[in-house]
Amino acid sequence: MSEVSLTVNGRRVSASVEDRTLLVHFLREHVGLTGTHVGCDTSQCGACVVHVDGKAVKSCSMLAAQASGSDVMTIEGLANGGDLHPVQAAFKEHHGLQCGFCTPGMIMTTVDMIARHPEGLDEATVRAELEGNICRCTGYHNIVKAVLAASKTMSKASKGKAKKAA
Amino acid sequence: MGIEGVGARVSRKEDKRFITGAGRYVDDMVVPGMKHAMFVRSPHAHAQIKKIDVKAAQAMPGVIGVLTGKELKADGIGNLICGWMIHSKDGSPMKMGAWSPLAVDKVRYVGDAVVVVVADTKAQARDAAEAVEITYKELKAVTDASKAMDKGAPQIHPEAENNLIFDWDLGNADETAAAFKKAAHVVKMDVINNRLVPNAMEPRAALGHYDKAEDHYTCWTTSQNPHVARLVMSAFYNVAPENKLRVIAPDVGGGFGSKIYIYPEEIVCLWASKKTGVPVKWVADRTESFLTDAHGRDHHTHAEMAFDKDHKILGFKVETKANLGAYMSLFSSATPTYLYATLLSGQYDIPAIHANVKAIYTNTAPVDAYRGAGRPEAAYLIERMMEVSARQFGVSPAELRRKNFIKSFPHQTPVIMCYDAGDFATSLDTAMKGADYAGFEKRREKAKKAGKLRGMGFSCYIEACGIAPSAAVGSLGAGVGLWESAEVRVNAVGTIEVLTGSHSHGQGHETTFAQLVAQRLSVPLDSISIVHGDTDKVQMGMGTYGSRSGAVGMSAIVKALDKVEAKAKKIAAHLMEADEADIVIENGALKVAGTDKNVPWFQMALAAYTAHNLPGGMEPGLKETAFYDPANFTFPAGCYICEVEIDPDTGQTDIVQFVAADDFGNIINPMIVEGQVHGGVTQGIGQAILEGANYDASGQLLTASYMDYTMPRAGDVPSYKLSTSNTPSPSNPLGIKGCGEAGAIGAPPAVINAITDAIGTENLTMPATPQKVWAAIRSAKH
Repeated sequence: MSEVSLTVNGRRVSASVEDRTLLVHFLREHVGLTGTHVGCDTSQCGACVVHVDGKAVKSCSMLAAQASGSDVMTIEGLANGGDLHPVQAAFKEHHGLQCGFCTPGMIMTTVDMIARHPEGLDEATVRAELEGNICRCTGYHNIVKAVLAASKTMSKASKGKAKKAA
Repeated sequence: MGIEGVGARVSRKEDKRFITGAGRYVDDMVVPGMKHAMFVRSPHAHAQIKKIDVKAAQAMPGVIGVLTGKELKADGIGNLICGWMIHSKDGSPMKMGAWSPLAVDKVRYVGDAVVVVVADTKAQARDAAEAVEITYKELKAVTDASKAMDKGAPQIHPEAENNLIFDWDLGNADETAAAFKKAAHVVKMDVINNRLVPNAMEPRAALGHYDKAEDHYTCWTTSQNPHVARLVMSAFYNVAPENKLRVIAPDVGGGFGSKIYIYPEEIVCLWASKKTGVPVKWVADRTESFLTDAHGRDHHTHAEMAFDKDHKILGFKVETKANLGAYMSLFSSATPTYLYATLLSGQYDIPAIHANVKAIYTNTAPVDAYRGAGRPEAAYLIERMMEVSARQFGVSPAELRRKNFIKSFPHQTPVIMCYDAGDFATSLDTAMKGADYAGFEKRREKAKKAGKLRGMGFSCYIEACGIAPSAAVGSLGAGVGLWESAEVRVNAVGTIEVLTGSHSHGQGHETTFAQLVAQRLSVPLDSISIVHGDTDKVQMGMGTYGSRSGAVGMSAIVKALDKVEAKAKKIAAHLMEADEADIVIENGALKVAGTDKNVPWFQMALAAYTAHNLPGGMEPGLKETAFYDPANFTFPAGCYICEVEIDPDTGQTDIVQFVAADDFGNIINPMIVEGQVHGGVTQGIGQAILEGANYDASGQLLTASYMDYTMPRAGDVPSYKLSTSNTPSPSNPLGIKGCGEAGAIGAPPAVINAITDAIGTENLTMPATPQKVWAAIRSAKH
């Protein structure tokens, strides 16, 4: 058994789990956060993407024990109270989801992608960056639209903040 | 159109829970005391089961039960059935072999369920499943339908001699032969429609809970049609009588047909829950999904088309071998017959058609309806035929189609369907304009200078949706009626619940259905809730597939709304002492037309429930139900144009533009319709260039993971150019035709027509992978 202790969405969580427990199963079954999904068994689909210490990680490709001591954020921790994160809002506005199953992973990947591209994004980059997330419903058209729109909104917001700070 | 009503681009009500991680899928359900199931599946494609030893597995940590097919049979659980009877041309009924939810003496495909293990955790169930010892005697297997009827091929079911399930005819053989005798040109083709795995992103799952005190079962399952699941599990599989069985399909993560059917796992979870005394949950691994979800397509077809000297079509002759896999899935017999051959007239005026379909058992996963179901196979065949014929005649593919289009409606085809509305030329013109057809040759020249091959391909598809008039499908062999039901419940404060037998697993019914109600009753969208997916809540339903939820499901809501509106007007007229014929509903109130007299909607609703002052003899309350049985199929149609650029050195195909011009009839929410087309087209492009389920000769599935089966990813497809030019369907009150499957039906021929145009050879099968395209380019050169 492994003693696992980490922060999930700002809350301390500790549990004793089987050594083989994957982070995704830890989050779903031990912490009760079922927004992170399991869509495959080969780390291909990306439905399980969460942030570990600020970086997007497929939570099926990591043992819970490996994440011990880390700061994990899941889809449930993304909105600020009642206010949707700009990426969540963009997915809704641009119809970037249908059945919703891949959506949490898509959104967590997108938040990370936008953070890594402060210079902004274009369609080709977005499509290449989404390589690790599979969606069967949307044909990606509206997901790409949503990502580009969120990237614009967030860069405007951060420029606004920078101006204020100056 | 209001800002929330019919025709408005309203963002979805259901989105909030999905974007915040609050969706509730079957795997998210937890019931106190719940345990986990793992299935032991056949590693062989065809084998006799000699011995099953479960002792070691039973002794493993956490194991609660290890159950076999013998025990299941002893408890009277029935075999799985196909619910659509097809008769062969000699009049004999289809030859259905037995399909036990857990195999008893023989396995027939890799993945066939044999034993179920129930344990405290899924990991423990998995460990114990590996400790189950099954002794098999391997038998020769056959996976290719074109070889399964050969002499010496293994016999899969004793009921079906030579593995032939049925040998079925549609159309008129003599008239077609006569048409060919008159022909100036005959074009012949052999076409393979590749086998696909539907791959909804949520794997199938089931949670069975037997309540001993109530002698009652609850099944949470990934279903597109929970009422059908209850009906079939009750009437045919003897799980429990309907009143003792509740089926809930909560949020379901995509279906595409694969979640229509009732599979062994949900039956076994319910039975095992009673047997072990604990709630039992099973969730498929992705590899299990690849192995056991019903696959789609897998047709081998020879076709011939006869033309007169002016290139008018005289006749069409089609012979198809359809691979149905190892067992007949729930609607498997309908897909290659009444959903396929009835559409073989395409958009064209064809005087004589004859089709023969042989359905064949093989040692592969069962094959059933997958997005489009039969119609993609028909569209691929006809639209490849039109393009190849145009190339052989040296005429424009657009003009050959235009010359043969059906131009007046209604149009009775020689293969049952009577098209009621359409405008095929307008769709063609719209798509050609959208694709800048006139500028194509310049683009081709430019690509050539850059060392690339550029091609353009057309597809003018038609499909039959709004499935379906019950009496008509009954006469063709359907075991069920294909109506839909609805209930509109106006609460005492005026808020509204709509209970529907349709099921949303991505289609956005919670929004579009509410838009319809908001429009009709002039109430805010937020005051309307759509309830679906629970047999204890919704009176009855046939579910969502065949692009039927708009045309059939919403039409049932319209019928219930008619009754609600009539009663509401009576109440309002009584309250205002006016004539009910003068009452109109607008701006949240019932008004006397031409006056300022009005009763707010909520006040009328309250009056219905206080019942202090109702018209004489009127029952209190405001809740109405309806069943709607469609008058005809609907016929969505359109034109797709695909433009590709190919690197001749690598065979890599880039889809540089894809234009869709669809005719869906009236549209409730354009944003959602566009989303359906985007998804459908992407699945169609996937079929054309990426996806293929491949078995080796021994029956092992070589493409059983996302490492091996190429799903379309964001970088494989472009952004799409969409438009619609709509002729309303005369067959339902809303004029809706349906849009859920069009993309998957229309896209594959457009893509392959474009690639073959670019490379200058027709010798290419789907999926047109870079390797195949590269080889085709080379073979064409030599």
